[in-house]
Amino acid sequence: MQVDWSVIFDYIPQLIAGAKVTIYITLAGLIGGVIIGTLGGLMRAYGGRILNSIAFVYIELIRGTPIVVQVMFLYFALPVLANIRIDPMSAAVLAIVVNSGAYIAEIVRGAFLSISKGLNEAGLAIGMPQWKVLLYIIGPLAFRRLIPPLGNQFIVSLKDTSLFIVIGVGELTRTGQEIMAANFRAVEIWTAVAVIYLVLTGTMTVALRTIEKRMRIL
Amino acid sequence: MSFIEFKKTSKSFGPLTILKDVDLAIDVREVVVLIGPSGSGKSTLLRCINGLETITGGDLIVDGISVKEGHARLREIRQEAGMVFQQFNLFPQMTAAQNVAIGPRRVRGTGKAQAREEALALLAKVGLADKTEHYPSELSGGQQQRVAIARALAVKPKVILFDEPTSALDPELRQEVLNVMRQLAEDGMTMVVVTHEMSFAKQVGTRLLFMEHGKITVDGNPRDVIENPPNDRLKDFLQHVH
Repeated sequence: MQVDWSVIFDYIPQLIAGAKVTIYITLAGLIGGVIIGTLGGLMRAYGGRILNSIAFVYIELIRGTPIVVQVMFLYFALPVLANIRIDPMSAAVLAIVVNSGAYIAEIVRGAFLSISKGLNEAGLAIGMPQWKVLLYIIGPLAFRRLIPPLGNQFIVSLKDTSLFIVIGVGELTRTGQEIMAANFRAVEIWTAVAVIYLVLTGTMTVALRTIEKRMRIL
Repeated sequence: MSFIEFKKTSKSFGPLTILKDVDLAIDVREVVVLIGPSGSGKSTLLRCINGLETITGGDLIVDGISVKEGHARLREIRQEAGMVFQQFNLFPQMTAAQNVAIGPRRVRGTGKAQAREEALALLAKVGLADKTEHYPSELSGGQQQRVAIARALAVKPKVILFDEPTSALDPELRQEVLNVMRQLAEDGMTMVVVTHEMSFAKQVGTRLLFMEHGKITVDGNPRDVIENPPNDRLKDFLQHVH
């Protein structure tokens, strides 16, 4: 079989539609993941014994199981267990939220705890409540250290969306497979799919670099 | 009632006891100098006053408020008792002026413009009128520590706690910090100072405490105590410090 790159052009609209689904799942998932992760990380770093334990169990549960199992659980097991039926798209977004949240929590915890304890004490010593110290002093410092590992996690999560092929979400990898099933153009289609992923992750990298550069690194 | 009152105050970390039933009363306008060998509990005693360490026994009253009354009251104590740290602990992402202004802004609710004006005045007072827009990384250790003193003053405390304020400084930079402290004492500020600076203790201190193994074993006039140490361990300690 001859390789014919021009076949890609016929499928560009379809691939772009798949890429849009991937972008949507990633963005929605990561927004949720950052919120959950920040909360979890702060609970780990500054929460009392109970909050800390809750966050710890969540993180270990998620980090200790594969994301495919997690999304399968959400999509197939949850309806049986709790009678909650969710569509594949919601299951996919939720899986990214829950999964990236656990990893981001560890990133957030590490970044906050890496800031000198003396600065926290200095903030407390002038009479600020702990939350203000975190918001105005430690947070901005931790944020800078957060960006490189956070970028890493964003890229991992974006690529993890390809695993949602198992619940039939029409994201980029699934789209590629569907096209393949119709025309058997493996080389062309999988190359195109890979390139689109590269463009997506590359864009993310550039965006994060820009943010990183615009801040005074300390 | 005294301004700061330790009442059989104890502090232990697990099985390790740092402070043992300390009784101590400090009045307004006193300049108390706290000395002692490392590990004797000086810093811990100081840090109990503003609740950076939680006491584990007895009570500790600051300006009529017990450190055991909970977070909100502890914040009131911290506004009355400023602290200057050995490692300065200036906020690195803020200029000198911002470091000084953040307390009034976020604690006292002072407006931005007024907080800045007050900050500039305080920086001028510690001799840094020309460094207000510098970041801590652009300042010498002595300058950083003077900013830290201005930051503590900005919240308008009634007492300032100094935790080895010159120990991290090169000898030639110590004097500028000690001079600012001397000026504060002359202005009538109540101060508790953990230090090894014996000349400061003698010249500025109104009272000298010597600590060993979590207890205050000598309490007296700095000049008298330094010239005639009442016990051998203090005598020995002073020989090593000088």
